[in-house]
Amino acid sequence: MQFDIFKKKRLSSLLMLAILAAFTYGAMIITQYDVIKGFSSIPKSIHWGLSSFYPTAASLDNLPSILIQLGRTVLTSVAATTVAAVFALFFSLFGSKVTKVNNFLSVLSRGTATVFRNIDVAAWALILLFSFGQSALTGYFALFFVSFGFLTRAFIETLDEVGGHSIEALRATGASYPSIIIQAILPSSTPQMMSWILFMVEMNIRSATLVGILTGTGIGFVFDLYYKSLDYNTASLVVITIVIVILILEYLSNYVRRVVL
Amino acid sequence: MTTLLNVQHVSKQYGHDTLALSDVSFSVNEGEFVSVIGPSGAGKSTLLRCINQMVDTTDGEIHFDNAILQQMNKRELRGLRTNIGMIFQHYNLVERLTVIENVLHGRLGYKSTVAGMLGLYKEEEKERGIELLEMLGLREQIYKRCDQLSGGQKQRVGIARALIQEPKMLLCDEPIASLDPNASKRIMDHLKSISRSMGITALVNLHQVDVALSYSDRIIGVSGGKIVFDGSPKEVTQEIIQSIYGSEANDLMVKLGGQNAI
Ligand SMILES: Nc1ncnc2c1ncn2[C@@H]1O[C@H](COP(=O)(O)OP(=O)(O)OP(=O)(O)O)[C@@H](O)[C@H]1O
Ligand SMILES: [Mg+2]
Repeated sequence: MQFDIFKKKRLSSLLMLAILAAFTYGAMIITQYDVIKGFSSIPKSIHWGLSSFYPTAASLDNLPSILIQLGRTVLTSVAATTVAAVFALFFSLFGSKVTKVNNFLSVLSRGTATVFRNIDVAAWALILLFSFGQSALTGYFALFFVSFGFLTRAFIETLDEVGGHSIEALRATGASYPSIIIQAILPSSTPQMMSWILFMVEMNIRSATLVGILTGTGIGFVFDLYYKSLDYNTASLVVITIVIVILILEYLSNYVRRVVL
Repeated sequence: MTTLLNVQHVSKQYGHDTLALSDVSFSVNEGEFVSVIGPSGAGKSTLLRCINQMVDTTDGEIHFDNAILQQMNKRELRGLRTNIGMIFQHYNLVERLTVIENVLHGRLGYKSTVAGMLGLYKEEEKERGIELLEMLGLREQIYKRCDQLSGGQKQRVGIARALIQEPKMLLCDEPIASLDPNASKRIMDHLKSISRSMGITALVNLHQVDVALSYSDRIIGVSGGKIVFDGSPKEVTQEIIQSIYGSEANDLMVKLGGQNAI
């Protein structure tokens, strides 16, 4: 019996591998992707990058306007994330199996989160373009929806993980539901939740660039503008500022994590 | 002696096929120290949680302090729980909060929702918390975070949290199962002396038969969801251990009659 289990597991791994290989090969045929050509073009693109995609002294003149747009993008991302976090907190309290009020609300809030999370941020931006047009609001809501879905899911997992034991103890003392949440659940889960929020801010700054290209706002728009007008030097400057901001943010969030955890 | 707790023909079914308790009846007098023993999965934890209705019963009635639990609404149940302190194997503290904050959680059942949410504790409550912690030998730890404490210290915080409720009864679900022998002895001594000096009734689930025998006024043996023994520790014989634990009994190596087991 024991051996059968191992044999079965090995067989199913092999099967999975074969299916994956078949899919990859099929996809390559359909899209006419040439592996050799794909890899041999890497040096060429590196060469192009080095020879034209770098900032020059002239492009530095555009720095102030780039920084203003970048600042807007960062603020939009932070605002979208924090507001989404507030909503996510309530939905996750209803969704988590340790803090849920009843099964109906739990399924409902998990379902809502799944829908919002599984629609990509670019898809959200395109959908919202119809309602808000090319404005900062479109980008804001696209980021907000995705963050909301993601954070709800992450918070539910945090609550499931940290909550159980202390909830039981406080329920046994006769404490009311809101008191239990505020006195026991939040103190034990805030550090992890903070950590998720910081992660989401980082993610959102990255997505905001892409969304900005679609909605014509923020740093994404600036990049698109210079790139399409063939001003690769300034476009590269934009990329560099984004990278720097993300690095600073990562440093900050690591610092905050160290302090709160 | 007055009866504090009266369990009448209680059954508990989980889902469709797990009958955790079947037709359980017993009563506990005020101030009694009763241990519940039985093999893993016998239904000890379920039994304890039925008494404060953390788990609702499928059948039967539980009378506590002249009230019938099965007839209580939500608000009355919260009131009932303030009268029953509970102590857990894994202490169930909020690890990131300080010792005193955890102890004061025991008062939340008495507070309005708003006062509870804001954590508004009275000065007397704080003083009582500190007094209890000093009694349990935790004077140095009052303002420490709970994740810095040892297991035995955490359990004492758990006891203080239960005591600040001013309970009529303590339910202890394997209070020493995660502790070393020294800490175990200390916790059991505390529980026993609390029960004696404050007149608090105690119902304690235990894995260690010898501990149960040496500390209890009465032993209740549970097996397969049924009570198979209910009597004083002196009446416990090797045959009775056998009937409670079945084939596990031989591994238990219980020294019957040994009064200083740990
Ligand atoms: N929440 C639950 N849902 C379904 N079945 C449960 C649940 N809790 C307990 N059971 C089942 O009820 C039976 C009694 O469990 P219980 O936890 O009361 O036993 P126990 O005597 O406390 O065991 P242990 O000594 O291992 O703690 C077991 O068969 C268990 O699988
Ligand atoms: Mg148990």
